[in-house]
Order: sequence, then C-alpha cells, then structure tokens
Amino acid sequence: MNCIIIDDEETARIIIKQLCLNIPSLEVVADFSNAMQAIKYLNNSTKVDLIFLDIHMPDFTGFDFIQTLKNPPKIVLTTSDSKYAIQAFEYSCIIDYLVKPIALPRFKKAIKKAQTEVSKENLAENAKNIKELNTVNNLYINIDRRLIKLDISSIYLIEAKGDYILVKTETKNYTVHSTLKKIEEKLPKKLFLKIHRSYIINVTKIIDIEDNSVLIKKEVIPVSRSNRPVLMKRLNLL
Amino acid sequence: MELPNLSYIEELSGGDKIFQDKLINIIKKEYPVEKAVYIENITMLNFQEAANNVHKLKHKISILGLKKSYEIANNFEKELKEYSLNGQDAFDIILQTITHFLKTI
Repeated sequence: MNCIIIDDEETARIIIKQLCLNIPSLEVVADFSNAMQAIKYLNNSTKVDLIFLDIHMPDFTGFDFIQTLKNPPKIVLTTSDSKYAIQAFEYSCIIDYLVKPIALPRFKKAIKKAQTEVSKENLAENAKNIKELNTVNNLYINIDRRLIKLDISSIYLIEAKGDYILVKTETKNYTVHSTLKKIEEKLPKKLFLKIHRSYIINVTKIIDIEDNSVLIKKEVIPVSRSNRPVLMKRLNLL
Repeated sequence: MELPNLSYIEELSGGDKIFQDKLINIIKKEYPVEKAVYIENITMLNFQEAANNVHKLKHKISILGLKKSYEIANNFEKELKEYSLNGQDAFDIILQTITHFLKTI
C-alpha cells in the first residue's frame, strides 16, 4: 500500500515513518507539513491507498482537508486528543483513529484494518471492470437510419464536431449525430477518458504523451490542463 | 513529580540508536520553538492560540513518558479554551522539567 503522512509536527512524521518500517507492505511515498501541499500532491500523483492525517493543524484542519477530496483514499487519523473520535466516524473514508503517542501494536491493528478495506475496494473495482468489459463490448451507432455495430475496443478516438461526433476506429471513421457527453456515458470508463472538451480517447491506444498532447495512431490530440491530472493518474507510471 | 524518560523512543526504535538520536534531535529542535510560541501567546493572553500550543506540546509530553503531566496539560488546554489560566503554574513546571531533561540527553 502506498501511503502519505500529513502532520505539521516533524516529530510526529518521523515517528509514523518509523512505525511504517515495521510493515513491509506499506510504503511511505511522501510526507507533508501542511494539508495544502498534500492536496496538490494528490491531484498530480499516482495512486495513494492510505493517508495518516493529523487533525489539529494550523489554518487547515484534517477535517477541512478531507472535505476537499472528491474520492478520498482510506484515512487513519492521528491526534493527541480522543475527543474527535465521534466526528471522525462520520466520514466513511476514515478507518481508524490513533491517539499519540502511537504504540506499534495499535499501529499494526490500524494497518490490518486498512489492508482489509483497501483489498475489499480493489476487489470490488476489479469485479466492476471485468463486468463492464464483458457486458459492454459493442456499441450501435445510427447512420442514415441504419444501426451499425462497432466493437468498442476498436474505437481509438472520438472528436466533437458541432452537432456531430466523429468516431474513429481501427478500420473506419463514422460521423454520428450525437454529443461527446452521450457517447461518454455509453463507453467503459476503464478504457475511455475525456482529455479535452472536444476529445475522448481510448487510453489503451496511447503511443506517447508530451507536454499537453497525446499521440494516438498518427494523431496528436490536445490535453486540457484540467484533464491532465486525471490522465496521469490513469497511466501505469514507472 | 514524575520525570521524563526515553522508554517510548527506545521501544519505537527497536534498538536503532541512529533513529533514537535523530528523533531526539528533532525534539530538541522543535520543542524550544513550540515552547517559545506558547510563552508568547500566554503572555499576550491569546487564549485560543495558547490552547493550540499546549495541544501541540502534549505530544512531546507523552513521547517523554509523562503520563500525569499529559493529563495536567490536557486540563490546562481545556481551561485555556474557556479563557481561564487555571493550571498554568503546573503546566509551566512541566515545561521547565522537559527543558532541563533535553539538556541532559
């Protein structure tokens, strides 16, 4: 599991890092002295499974931080106070609550909980993806009153063209009277991503990415600044 | 009066002296800063800020094995939130004890 630590106190960060050394499956990928830095990191980084989060920080509390996250990873709260425990469990992403100073046996217990939760989530996501891939292999498009069956995996690009969309496949291109929004809803999210207001791409067909563009087949497609972090998250980055 | 100790740090380190020294040095670096901010706020009667400072100092108190002192600090933090200075003398003694202890390690 990849984890990050957010605590304004360096002593606390060092202690949690030391505790993490006892769990081989846990890797501390970053630590932050304030929540704002962590938000920036999470918006631009690869997958984080777990956050150790201090509640009591100046300016921006742990709870403020959680509220800024659209899809928060699992969170273990760390605090010198037990009084926030009830409030903590109002958030489904919070899986445990550790009172400082954190002892190793209690820490291990929290990690076990986290591992169970993360595994459950991964299993559910995998099952969903498999189901999505198995059930939605084809898409029918209406061209001149004919319904033409397309193999979804053969689509590599969809481009908005006014009231029409241009669907590009390995063998042929089709102009369809529809919108990007409508076709996006019909496509498996695992394969397709909107990277610009005028483009949806099949992420498995990407050849390379440079600055704010992706190369698909022989076409260079722009990536809007707001969509770039989502695209980066989808990649299996080394 | 209970005295600070390094039991927690030793247990946490699993005998790793390098880690122990590293953590002690960070505490030695952070503690005077946190204490100075607390003194400034308590002198200016900035109750809420001082309560936040006491909260932060509680972690150092607990790391150094001061269980009773932790409770004193906890109560003083609550008093400060109620705009009361009850418990300040006892808390200040804890700070002095830690200051002295950090000079000996």
